[in-house]
Amino acid sequence: MRKAREMLKTYQYPEFHYTRSPDQDAASPVHHPVLIVGGGMVGLTMALDLRLKGVPAIVLEQGETVSDGSRSICQAKRTLEIWDRQGAAAPMIEKGITWKIGRVRHGNRELYSFDLLPEEGHKIPAFVNLQQYWVEEYLIDRLSEAGGEIRWRNKVISLTPTPEGVTLEVDTPEGPYAVTCDYLIAADGARSQMRRELDLPFKGQVFNDKFLITDIEMQADFPSERWFWFDPDFNPGQSALLHRQADNVWRLDFQIGADADNEEEMKRENVIPRVKAMLGEKTPFELEWISVYTFQCRRLEKFRQGRVFFIGDAAHQVSPFGARGGNGGVQDADNLGWKLDLVMRGLAPGSLLDSYDEERVFAADENILNSTRSTDFLTPKTPVSRAFRDAVLSLAEDCPFARPLVNSGRLSLPATLRGSSLNTPDEDVFAGAMEPGAPAADAPVRHKGRQGWLLDHLGGGFTGVFFGDSGALPASLEMEGLAIDVLAVGQNGLEDTKGWLANRYDGQPGTFYLIRPDQHIAGRWRHCDQVKVHEAMRRALGKI
Amino acid sequence: MTQTLKCDPNIEKPDDFYEALIRLHDGLTQEQSRDVNARLILILANHIGDKDVLQEAFRLARNVY
Repeated sequence: MRKAREMLKTYQYPEFHYTRSPDQDAASPVHHPVLIVGGGMVGLTMALDLRLKGVPAIVLEQGETVSDGSRSICQAKRTLEIWDRQGAAAPMIEKGITWKIGRVRHGNRELYSFDLLPEEGHKIPAFVNLQQYWVEEYLIDRLSEAGGEIRWRNKVISLTPTPEGVTLEVDTPEGPYAVTCDYLIAADGARSQMRRELDLPFKGQVFNDKFLITDIEMQADFPSERWFWFDPDFNPGQSALLHRQADNVWRLDFQIGADADNEEEMKRENVIPRVKAMLGEKTPFELEWISVYTFQCRRLEKFRQGRVFFIGDAAHQVSPFGARGGNGGVQDADNLGWKLDLVMRGLAPGSLLDSYDEERVFAADENILNSTRSTDFLTPKTPVSRAFRDAVLSLAEDCPFARPLVNSGRLSLPATLRGSSLNTPDEDVFAGAMEPGAPAADAPVRHKGRQGWLLDHLGGGFTGVFFGDSGALPASLEMEGLAIDVLAVGQNGLEDTKGWLANRYDGQPGTFYLIRPDQHIAGRWRHCDQVKVHEAMRRALGKI
Repeated sequence: MTQTLKCDPNIEKPDDFYEALIRLHDGLTQEQSRDVNARLILILANHIGDKDVLQEAFRLARNVY
């Protein structure tokens, strides 16, 4: 539930316009391979992914501008890596606020601090804070550049699955029209109309505690860190958060309890004293945005319903502590895009699309678990739960053991798709954090004399990363109708300038990694046995 | 190696321990006692550390309801 106030002064909403499509004048409904309902950050990522693979996915968006209000801020490393692969990340990183340190306080005393990217040698930072409206503007720019199509003021009013695909009725300012598609991707957010059209239960937990968020414009010397308080003097018995966004806009978040009166809390004359109490009387600021929210952690039982795929908040909702909402949704799009592309090209069986459901339900459950745990810690539901929560906080000041128990949000980390049916389990022993199902870790590399990054070399299709000389294996392996680019890490190939690549991958000589188009690891071996690699390819394509 | 919860007597000077446990709550309200108990559980749980032992202890504690 959100109630909104204030118009943003630091941001000018772009105006996009409805234009009549030839589909609206066709004698019978025009057929498209893929339609995407919803042009928010997840729908746009989906459209971009497919468009860059040559799939002409069309976005149907009911509005005519970008995300209204103050919503997603913390864009995570993995999300940015996906956008970087799509050529959209550079302006976001430029505009946004890079951060990795968080501090947690009890009262006014610091309990501990955390570093979300403790190692160097990664192209993309741990987090960049950028308001969702900026993210969407940049995605729209990139999609436009890539030749994508967004139909503004196109509101889907009915959805009918048919044996051949899906039929939609779409309303526009000039009246409705029908259109059909092979695959429909529902990216229409938390209040998804497509979910309701298919009458799908959306089950989980609702939390009653309310939170007041206010964005302020402020020139301040505070470092770009996430600051979180339990029981500060400016919000006794409750929690608070301070986080920096672009344009000198700061997000302030105050826990106000289940019984708070929304109308009262949102009045300027009640918000201003809260802000002053947190920041000090002398710090000048302007209010940009005020809203009160509650939240839920829930999901669809299955994210694939025949030819309809649910991504983002339409599929799953989480509480915001941990920044797993938008970030989870973008990873959904990343997971689905390459699979749809290969199925549509006849290079993988239709059943590969079931793995989207398998893998992303798994990831959503991880996000829901973490978000729920954070929420329970922040808003204990029973007196005994509160007693334990307060015990953790009181012990954490003096006893290091209690600090890992303090949960003000477990920040989004890339989901390792452990146990996925597309993974080939290890036969050999490997050290380090990489494993089948994990997203490939970045590392600095030198290629043809130029300094760069491993991830820039992964992700067009399937890739092999081979720890050995480039002469030892062919530059490309042909398997299952696809060409696997082989990147040799060593002489005449990718130079592992600091040795971190070999370190992160336990890349002993001869080691071969098979990596999927979404940069997740499909399998790895101590030697490139082509029979085994072939089997792993078949498995990754859903053929076995 | 999987550790198991000790159920054989392992407390030094059991009567001294028992009295100290009750005395720990002298002068406290019910709520304060609850808070002290919560802290004590967390402190001792950390000292034990082992996931299986803790799980077994939880199961045994809950056994009555």
